[in-house]
Amino acid sequence: MRGSPRPVIVAVAVATAVAIAACSSSSSSTPSTSSSSSSSSAKVTLTWWNNGNTQPLLGVWQSVAAAFHATHPNVTITVVPIQSDLFTTKMPIALKSNNPPDIFQQWGGGQEATQYTSGKLANLSSLASSWISELGPAAAGWQVNGAQYGIPYDQHVVGFWYRTDLFAKAGIASPPNTIAQLESDDAKLKAAGFTPIALGGGSRWPDAFFWEYFAVRLCSESVLQSSIKAVNMTAPCFTQATTDLTAFMGTNPFQGGFNATQAQTGAGSSAGLLANGKAAMELQGDWETSVVPALTSNSGILNDLGWFPFPQVPGGAGNPTAVLSGGDGFSCTTGASEPACDEFLQYIDSTAVQEELVSKANVGLPANSAAEAVLTNPALQAAAKAHAGAAYDAEYFDIAFPTTAGQALDNALADFFAGKGSNSTIINSVSSSSGH
Amino acid sequence: MTRTQSATAAAGRDIVSRPAAAGARTPRSRRRLRKAVELTVLLAPPVVLFVGFVIVPMIFAAWYSLYNWSGFGPLSDFIGGQNYAGVLTGPVFRQALEHNVIIAVLSVVIQLPVSIGLALLLNRRVRGRTFLRLAVFAPFVLSEATTAVMWYELLQPGGPVDAVLKGVGLGGLVHYWLASTSLVLYTVFVVATWKYIGFGIVLLLAGLQGIPPELREAAAIDGATPWQATRAITLPLLAPTIRIWIFLSVIGSLQLFDLVWIMTLGGPANASTTILTYQYINGVQRTQFGYGATVSVVLFAISLVFALAYQRYALRRDTAGALTRAVM
Repeated sequence: MRGSPRPVIVAVAVATAVAIAACSSSSSSTPSTSSSSSSSSAKVTLTWWNNGNTQPLLGVWQSVAAAFHATHPNVTITVVPIQSDLFTTKMPIALKSNNPPDIFQQWGGGQEATQYTSGKLANLSSLASSWISELGPAAAGWQVNGAQYGIPYDQHVVGFWYRTDLFAKAGIASPPNTIAQLESDDAKLKAAGFTPIALGGGSRWPDAFFWEYFAVRLCSESVLQSSIKAVNMTAPCFTQATTDLTAFMGTNPFQGGFNATQAQTGAGSSAGLLANGKAAMELQGDWETSVVPALTSNSGILNDLGWFPFPQVPGGAGNPTAVLSGGDGFSCTTGASEPACDEFLQYIDSTAVQEELVSKANVGLPANSAAEAVLTNPALQAAAKAHAGAAYDAEYFDIAFPTTAGQALDNALADFFAGKGSNSTIINSVSSSSGH
Repeated sequence: MTRTQSATAAAGRDIVSRPAAAGARTPRSRRRLRKAVELTVLLAPPVVLFVGFVIVPMIFAAWYSLYNWSGFGPLSDFIGGQNYAGVLTGPVFRQALEHNVIIAVLSVVIQLPVSIGLALLLNRRVRGRTFLRLAVFAPFVLSEATTAVMWYELLQPGGPVDAVLKGVGLGGLVHYWLASTSLVLYTVFVVATWKYIGFGIVLLLAGLQGIPPELREAAAIDGATPWQATRAITLPLLAPTIRIWIFLSVIGSLQLFDLVWIMTLGGPANASTTILTYQYINGVQRTQFGYGATVSVVLFAISLVFALAYQRYALRRDTAGALTRAVM
């Protein structure tokens, strides 16, 4: 799950401690009025679980709900902000209960497919058919068996964020295009006294971006798609990804002790190292622009950031423009509230709301590309441009795979980065049913 | 208790028991009814809470543990003991259990002597005793989450801990405290010790307060050295408190989660994983709730067996003597 911004671990811990209490109370507080029969004219109350539990997204979602109510007086929306990681525990319980939320946070992919088995997810294909095309190919990540069971409101693309000032100090004129160039730039940065790449290995999921990008560069689109679908990574290109990653790690591009570095918490996190000029690059999603400013006293930090796509890997069968990506969206649950829910999701993807999400809530890239005009940060514009020009998107593997396999892969990769495990533990993590 | 004190106590008891004596004249059935009502009113809320939030979830967990269940949809895939076989033969679970046991053993071997030593010291009339007691107890007041975040920051490579070590000329001891797979578990243990030692000391101080000073005075008159008095009088009389401390410490070690989860997520490469981080990763994060329930049941069984055995063999004389009779 990549919320924007990625939740800090403190919140995870505190929230985890109260998770049980929260689970029991929230499902009972969900108004059941929404499931009562209603036509489009009847009054409906929609309960909306989203991960906008911190400002600025918190405020934006509240104003969006209020604005929708103003134009749709029959629809009242109860906004329930929930910390991202809690959705893992809360959704199974909610979808098993008789009164799940009407709208809830949805990251799509295999996770959505897992939730789909509850039978409580609404098929929005026909309701949304009139407007979903505005989103272009982005909406495909929220389909199960070709039907739209969720709809995105923003998109994320993973790439290298780099400090233009540190690159200049190290004498690097332009960002690298190939892995070989990246490695030689790493050497220049080290010589200039900087950590080349900050890695939040303590949070585990950032490790996965490296291996996954090697796989995206090395595997052809069809192999990638069929492997994800079959939950099977025995194709040789995945093994090659491990080999190439091992060689890359052999050049020691990361900061010392990266296995314990968290991704986004404090100045010592990987994002903090980038923010404070200790490291020159980080492979991260576009939520980086909302994370970095909070971790440094340098108010002009965003002007020092640049963006370049993951470099080319020699001999790769993947299209060199392909990107590792994902996004945030929402699903509706089955019931009489479906039409109102669809209208609300359409409203969220309207250009006006999308622009507000981008400019006020820093969600990253809008799901509706019509709103991309309001992106002002040059690095973010570069990310948006690369995303728009990508031949295809590869969704982060931990989301694309069913949850069990995706999490097992993340853990196997984190173990590999910590020096335990091998190519076979990575490859087998998704297919071995136990994976323990 | 002196004679005068017992007389006063007896008089007080008379005064208090007068209404009860009046009650003795009412019919026996009414008295019984009253007792039943009192018991119901007083016991019902805790019983309902205990059954609802402890017993029923335990039964559910045991039931879920027999299924392959993602948490979504009905419980339909009955797999019997397969989850148990998976847990008990899994190398990572064994590693986690081993870590819990290491923490428990280290607690008893290292924390206990340190706690006793500090408690004996703080029980003496030393200057600034109140401040010292406050200082050792303060970390216990912090939540585990706060402690973990604080120490996570302190232990960063090049962070305050490393700076202090270098400052005092021990730069050679600087390590990747949380990133080294061979060190991380012991780092976690040190942080846990820092947090919980105050609790042990307060418990032991309370135990020390219960030892009449006359005993040590008498021993001193008979020519015992302070060390002899400590060894032959104080420690044996402190034994019930020590036994309770060991019990709480071992159970606490088995349930270690928050500190580890926030500092390391059980990593790197499972080097600091405990049974509960294992349960969270494999049960909750991977949405294998049946498997997670199995881990819970296994941990419950381990805790229960330890608790019962400890009650039977270690705590029995404490509870069978003073405590039981006083309650009766």
